[in-house]
Amino acid sequence: MKAWDAIIIGGGHNGLVNACYLQRAGLDVLVVEKNDWVGGAATSRELTPGFLYSNCSYVCSLFRPEIMRDLELPRFGLQVISYEGGAVFTRDGDYLANYRDHDAHRREFARFSKRDAEAYDRYARDVTRQCRFIQPLLMRTAPDPTSLRPRDLGELLYLGKKFAGLSAEEMALTLRFWTMSISEFLDEYFETDVIKANFALSGIIGTALGPMSPGTAYVLLHHYMGEVDGSVGAWGYARGGMGAVTKALAASFKASGGTIRTGAEVDHVLIQRGKAKGVVLVGGEEIYGRLVVSNADVKRTFLKLVEEKELPDIFLRRVRNFKIRGSSGKVNIALNSLPEFPALPKDSPVYRGDMHFTDSMERMERAYDDWKAGRWSADPFLDMVIPTTLDPTMAPPGKHFMSCFVQYAPPKIGGREWTDADRDGFAESVIAQIAEYSPGFRDRIVHMEVRTPREIEAEVGLTEGNIFQGELTFDQLLFNRPVPGYAQYRSPVGGLYMCGSSTHPGGGVMGAPGRNAAAEILRDLAKSTSHMSPAHDVI
Amino acid sequence: MAQATRRKPVAKAAGATVSARIAAQSHFQTLRLGTPFQPRIDALAKTQDWYNWAGYRAPHSLWDEELEYFAIRSQAALFDISPMTKYRIEGPDAEALLNRVTLRDVTKLRPSRVHYTAWCDDKGFVLDDGTLFRLSQTRFRLCSQERHLPWLLDSAVGFDVKVEEETEAVAGLALQGPTSFAVLRDAGFAGIERLRIFDLADFPHGGGTVSISRTGFTGDLGYELFVPADKALSLWDRLMTSGELRGIRAIGYTALNRARLEAGLMVANADFTTAEHAIRADRLRMPDEIGLGFMIDLEKGHFNGRRAILEARAKRKLRHVLVGLEIDGNVPAEHAIVYHKKAQEVGLVSAAMWSPMAKRNIAIASLARPYGDTMVEDLWVEIYAMRELQYQKLMKRAKVVARPFINLDRRTANPPADF
Repeated sequence: MKAWDAIIIGGGHNGLVNACYLQRAGLDVLVVEKNDWVGGAATSRELTPGFLYSNCSYVCSLFRPEIMRDLELPRFGLQVISYEGGAVFTRDGDYLANYRDHDAHRREFARFSKRDAEAYDRYARDVTRQCRFIQPLLMRTAPDPTSLRPRDLGELLYLGKKFAGLSAEEMALTLRFWTMSISEFLDEYFETDVIKANFALSGIIGTALGPMSPGTAYVLLHHYMGEVDGSVGAWGYARGGMGAVTKALAASFKASGGTIRTGAEVDHVLIQRGKAKGVVLVGGEEIYGRLVVSNADVKRTFLKLVEEKELPDIFLRRVRNFKIRGSSGKVNIALNSLPEFPALPKDSPVYRGDMHFTDSMERMERAYDDWKAGRWSADPFLDMVIPTTLDPTMAPPGKHFMSCFVQYAPPKIGGREWTDADRDGFAESVIAQIAEYSPGFRDRIVHMEVRTPREIEAEVGLTEGNIFQGELTFDQLLFNRPVPGYAQYRSPVGGLYMCGSSTHPGGGVMGAPGRNAAAEILRDLAKSTSHMSPAHDVI
Repeated sequence: MAQATRRKPVAKAAGATVSARIAAQSHFQTLRLGTPFQPRIDALAKTQDWYNWAGYRAPHSLWDEELEYFAIRSQAALFDISPMTKYRIEGPDAEALLNRVTLRDVTKLRPSRVHYTAWCDDKGFVLDDGTLFRLSQTRFRLCSQERHLPWLLDSAVGFDVKVEEETEAVAGLALQGPTSFAVLRDAGFAGIERLRIFDLADFPHGGGTVSISRTGFTGDLGYELFVPADKALSLWDRLMTSGELRGIRAIGYTALNRARLEAGLMVANADFTTAEHAIRADRLRMPDEIGLGFMIDLEKGHFNGRRAILEARAKRKLRHVLVGLEIDGNVPAEHAIVYHKKAQEVGLVSAAMWSPMAKRNIAIASLARPYGDTMVEDLWVEIYAMRELQYQKLMKRAKVVARPFINLDRRTANPPADF
């Protein structure tokens, strides 16, 4: 019976990144994916003829350029197109835009507040300083602070030195950043509500917290960590939708000799004498491997794929208590023509960027109130993009694909499961909001894919539909991600590793967890990691 | 719990503020604004060599940067300074606020006078330098490179004062060079001869007034003129007409940048990094570290950064010094590394040129103390001169010298000479 060197459970972007690096190190790697396609939450699927949806994730920035380079993703077709800006529509018929040009950005803010327009530089400086502190940590395994191994001590020292290298002011800001609410943080710089709402959205995306909840400032930072080809903080569309990322990864993996089995759902991890020996598929087929790597989130991995008796009880309890609360949904829409927004000038670059309708902090917080009460937000927060304004490959000429990320959507409705009627009501809250700013919007709709946490969990496998595989709050970051003592991609079960976004440095289509996990696995196997670029210097 | 049906607050009818805001939307269609003088400058812009000055389309040169430089030194040069950030600070407490914000003693700045000043954050790091115009007992104009409205407004809490940004509303011109006085006099600005250096006065122009100061950024005889934007073109025409026989020329920034270096003047975010833009904590600078220590008036009472400055002086925490250098030879040392004994790296040149006026190779450099401060011997600069795709590496001796690099009597002569 064949035994693979490594079996990766789940063909999401991190599973594939991990598989690529292991295969390129000379291992014989198999990826098993339950769906008939790969991609996890980075997929592009044609659900209605002629239209390609970015079904879950929809914009690209965080994916590490070092990984793109190592795995030759441009050669395998990945192309990321920066987009030009975005806007928050205001209820008085205006909008507040974000432009790439620094002076246009200032003049735009000055339409609302000259003071806040000039406060932006200070804000950008402080956020940039914090990003520069954290960015180098993304591509390193977090140290175990309780360990005395030289490597952990070395990494702790690195962390300590980096922290000590900050000025007293920056250190204070770092601690504030990791604990403050995004609302309070923005209050330190800006006075105008819509300007604060404009920035706050990055603090709540994917998080079951409101803008006034402590810890949301860090979530904003997480979204500022990215770049498009060196343009720091920029966001872009993957040409062909976010599936293009995993398509390129899968092609790279196969080109290096790797094997992918789709339609192969893992029922459980095969464990003998406390050591992972392979996986058992739904249907009973056993596949053997010298080690198993799970791209699934930590809850799914250890509460569904591993028998409880194999796990220490403290670990188990912490996994159960890991915060991975569902907070968002997704509505993907095929449109027979480009929607019009009368508030926008016809030639506005905002059509090609991200659009929002939540123009005050209070509305954002009220949307969260609904979540707490077990309801989807009556007045939701939308992050809406029309990638086809820059990418002609996703819809027929003149037609468009619109992606709406929607928050908040609770994992359960008033304590019970979502129903189809709930799902339709959720979609209606989204369509109604858009239609309010875009007359005739409903008539343009050709097809819709509506995904509540229920659909996201069922299809993608993300527990509660949480897009980050666990919230990015400080108690669940660095050496505490996913749980203390197991932050280095290993688990209590020998030969069973984790490589998903539940691990450091967390979610978003970043690839760093998959890469870092591969580095740890290769270290355990005493194999070379010379094919893995170190993180780019932050100078 | 029952699902709530959505009801958002109903949109309000657009008021005047909202209409004005909406009317300003189209700015994104013009990423580089023209200044109020743009029609005249565009007509003269033979090189079409533009750069972005704070969101404005400003000329590097108009026809020949070499000749534009000589217009400053031997004729009269007209340079559009409208993109400079301008704040109007007015009220009974304007003097007190500015005394609190800036380094120099503003109570010593009489009405109709101008001084060069700087301001710091609470840590004593320089936010910017600029010129402060005292238009009256209670009215000031602060001109600077960067933008500081939040800083000024936050500082103004508790003061009876109004702070307004007026960059777009006020057009500015620098008229610099030996014939600049004659040009103004011939243009009919009666009494212009009475302006001594750093004096300021209002003159009638086109039914309004133009405020003229004997100031500038060239180390030469020169004036700066501020006028409401709608009177800009007529002012330009008035000067150009009267200056025709005195060699008046419009110039771009490259020429001005040479003149300012000869005058030993710094440019924020070129010769030092301003505190609100410094990403790296070690790039911050205190006034004493960039040659602005002379401005600090410890007798005047509290001002922003005072405690930190005192402490840094007492504990000798000042790590840098900004100096003028005279370098052997004639190859400009732009962005060259400065060495002690040709071996130890001690600093960086931020601006350098061959000075046609001083006939010397000059530079402004930032050095790590004690170099440039108490240790001024045996300093060298390593110049990488690219010549036909090869670096000619030169190690040249550098001497710390006082700024300005040139002293022109005509700059301060009273009455100004009639060239």
